[in-house]
Amino acid sequence: MIDVRGVTKRYGEKIAVDDLSFSVAPGIVTGFLGPNGAGKSTTMRLILGLDAPTKGTVRVNGCAYRELSAPLHEVGAMLEAHAIHTGRSAYNHLLALAQTHGIPRSRVEEVIELVGLSEVARKRVGGFSLGMGQRLGVAAALLGDPATVILDEPANGLDPEGIHWIRNLLKRLASEGRTVFLSSHLMSEMAQTADHLIVIGRGRLIADTSVAEFVRRASSDTNVRVRCTRAPELREALARREDVEVQSTEEGLLEVGGLTGQQIGEIALQAQIVISELTPQQASLEEAFMSLTGESVEYRASAGEENEASENVGAAA
Amino acid sequence: MSASETLPVTTAPRSRAFTGRVTQRRVLRSEWTKLWSLRSTRWSLLFAFLAMAGLGPLIAAVTVGHWNRLSPHDRATFDPINTALGGYHLAQLAIGVLGVLVISGEYSTGQIRSSFMAVPHRLPVLWAKAGTFATVTFVLMGIASLIAFFGAQAILTQQHVNVSISHAPALRAIIGTGLYMIVLGVFAMSLGALTRNTAGGIAIFAGVLFVLPGLVHVLPASTFDAINPYLPSNAGADVLSNTTDPGMLAAWTGFAVFCGYTLLALAASALLLVRRDA
Repeated sequence: MIDVRGVTKRYGEKIAVDDLSFSVAPGIVTGFLGPNGAGKSTTMRLILGLDAPTKGTVRVNGCAYRELSAPLHEVGAMLEAHAIHTGRSAYNHLLALAQTHGIPRSRVEEVIELVGLSEVARKRVGGFSLGMGQRLGVAAALLGDPATVILDEPANGLDPEGIHWIRNLLKRLASEGRTVFLSSHLMSEMAQTADHLIVIGRGRLIADTSVAEFVRRASSDTNVRVRCTRAPELREALARREDVEVQSTEEGLLEVGGLTGQQIGEIALQAQIVISELTPQQASLEEAFMSLTGESVEYRASAGEENEASENVGAAA
Repeated sequence: MSASETLPVTTAPRSRAFTGRVTQRRVLRSEWTKLWSLRSTRWSLLFAFLAMAGLGPLIAAVTVGHWNRLSPHDRATFDPINTALGGYHLAQLAIGVLGVLVISGEYSTGQIRSSFMAVPHRLPVLWAKAGTFATVTFVLMGIASLIAFFGAQAILTQQHVNVSISHAPALRAIIGTGLYMIVLGVFAMSLGALTRNTAGGIAIFAGVLFVLPGLVHVLPASTFDAINPYLPSNAGADVLSNTTDPGMLAAWTGFAVFCGYTLLALAASALLLVRRDA
């Protein structure tokens, strides 16, 4: 359970997170979505007590992170993949973390096995690929068998097999009753993994909704493609309705906005026009996401660098 | 009890088998693992050890070889203790650089976030780093200075200019070397925590230890005399020196002043460590 209440974070003049409130429930995968620089990583650092909010409170399992006496058992987190000393081996990195909580070595071996790093566990992390770094980050997050798992862009740098693996892992963690919170700037990735979405842009909450609702809303204002004989006649008939927009890109083809397929069919029947195709044009999730966050992306383009440069690097790598 | 039996990878959160809390002792163990699992630590400490243990006897051997050609003045001012422990000049560089790296290395790699996520109170990490590094430094430098002392005296017996360890200042200087290195290491570590930057930390360390003493020489003589004994390097080195220059502080007084500087730096770094965003 994560509870963010009225949180604002300023870095000097810049507001990275602006009066943000949401909560993340246990038992489901919650996606944290927003364009690069929207404030996702900042929010995660605030949740993990790494940065202190300028205003507002953040609680994890009912407690401020800094008050937790055994944080690794409460929250397991992976921030950027390589928040790890490059000179140390994966095993020693995990061992040092485990020792702070008295977690036995056998558990360290166990999580190494779980993420599939057994063969390289004794090698220096500096030589790891981005994907191996991600797996090590996941291992560190799961080390304390935590009730809440927070992952920042976990799919970055993973190959298709790795993405499949992490998707199943996250779903399994959620099905065990854990709170799973992961960020991404890719809507398509979220649609396949998450049950619930928190969407932010410019540090503000844009949407707090289930994925199903998000998809429904995204496709509600979409066009219907109509192929028919006597297209100009149908066009005229449709245009008589209020708030209807009809466009034609080629002969015999209409793009109708503001009416459902059912309504179009009825109008066509009245006009005795034969319809050969009637297809709702679902906007892709990616498009829906873009239209939802468009404003914040424009802002970002003009505002220049943000506090999430690491995300950009990760995405580019 | 094996944890793999009690702790399947995917236990539901409510049935967790272990609920170990973070304690200072556990953080100490963690930092111990961190310290020794880095190549840079092992090389720096090896370098410091060899410099401390080897340089004194080497200089003693060269001096003994040239003894008959030395001027009477050189022979009269020859100091068997300072010669034996002369390696500290070089060893302190390695200890200081490693001290800065112990913390700045975590900032440059991002490791510090992992460390603070595991220990959100943060200060136990600082104390544990200081504790482990100080212990390792004291033991290694203590042994190295004993080797340096006995090695050098064994060589110096050829010209009968050696001293026994029971000679009053000898033991103090040997123990003082270990103590000096501890405080120096913690001082450097504090600089690493304050700057959060390897280059910056080492630059300030070198500036305070090696550049400042030269800089005060250009001050008017009276100002120089007033300041010079209180410079960290001079105050600290009093305790491991056989002879005390007239203008300098007494051995333990100087060391206390050196400790004072270090405590100030450590306190400042502790304060900022808790307050700053990681």
